[in-house]
Amino acid sequence: MEVKPPLPQIPAPVWSDVKDLQEWEKYHQERGQNDKTSEVLADIAEAIHHMPGGWIATTSTDKIFNWARKSSLWPVTFGLACCAIEMMATFASRFDVERFGMVPWASPRHSDLMIVSGTVTIKMAPMLKRIYDQMPDPKWVVSMGSCANSGGPFRHGYHVVKGVDRVVPVDIYVPGCPPTPDSLMYGLLKLQEKVAEFQKTGTRSALTPED
Amino acid sequence: MTAAEAVEVVRERCGVEPTHEGGLVTLRVLPGQWQPVARVVKEDLGCQFFNWLTAIDWKDKGLEVLCRLENLDDALVVMLRSQLPPGEAHCPTLTGLYRGADWMERECYDLLGVTFDGHPDLRRILLGDDWEGHPLRKDYAVDMPFTPYR
Repeated sequence: MEVKPPLPQIPAPVWSDVKDLQEWEKYHQERGQNDKTSEVLADIAEAIHHMPGGWIATTSTDKIFNWARKSSLWPVTFGLACCAIEMMATFASRFDVERFGMVPWASPRHSDLMIVSGTVTIKMAPMLKRIYDQMPDPKWVVSMGSCANSGGPFRHGYHVVKGVDRVVPVDIYVPGCPPTPDSLMYGLLKLQEKVAEFQKTGTRSALTPED
Repeated sequence: MTAAEAVEVVRERCGVEPTHEGGLVTLRVLPGQWQPVARVVKEDLGCQFFNWLTAIDWKDKGLEVLCRLENLDDALVVMLRSQLPPGEAHCPTLTGLYRGADWMERECYDLLGVTFDGHPDLRRILLGDDWEGHPLRKDYAVDMPFTPYR
């Protein structure tokens, strides 16, 4: 088994410590290959231009809007079943998704994200669709748990929708019965990656089924 | 009142043959006797508490309605059972005797399709108003499509 040498740990630079642009460029060229921070910094550095009297940073509107979207995904506060307990734990201080910019918000009008946490019955599905319709575009849906994914243990019952994707389009499916807060957090991080690639045209990536 | 005494009272007043086991008295009655027997059970045996009511689908033999009435002071339990004729899911209501029978009979109508004659407000209680069929019947097709979600 080949043992790789550890990557050099370079402390993250502080903007105000850098004196000029050449020093800045030299700084991020020296950083390790797999350091994600340096990739972000490289992106930023490419967009920084020296103007007489100071620096100017440019970016594409899509990129900065997507960055803003993914950094402030507000889920609607509503839970359907036992998965909601795990969702509450995810929102609470131990797991604390608020550090990713996710604030559970008690109004669909101000929310971007719907976490379908639990069994969707046929009687409940129109209400769920109404909440989804009340959310402003662009909006995303995370299907949490087996019941919301496929009907779960109630799939062969008479009153459960066999997957919430029959009601609303789903972006991320989180498996588990119920999923642990870690699983849900992983799903939310995956969703952030997806949102970062969201284009202005509103097309989602290939996960959405074409009806 | 013990279960043995209750059996005597019911045999004398209603002319049905009860069985008892411990504190549980089982009365098998015809649908026509449903209300008078329940009245005897409530007034003479002191079973003031209407615990639950449901039905069993015996396929070819038809539905059987059963309810559990309790005398909490004497720990006396009366199980009232009535076999409905096949193809005819009609049963007299107990709402005049027990207010608690109201929602139980609505649930039984909703899930098993037993029509309780004389019920003041017999409509679905759990499923949506546009539901078709009665899902706890044995002949209910579970995979029946229910637009637009199934």
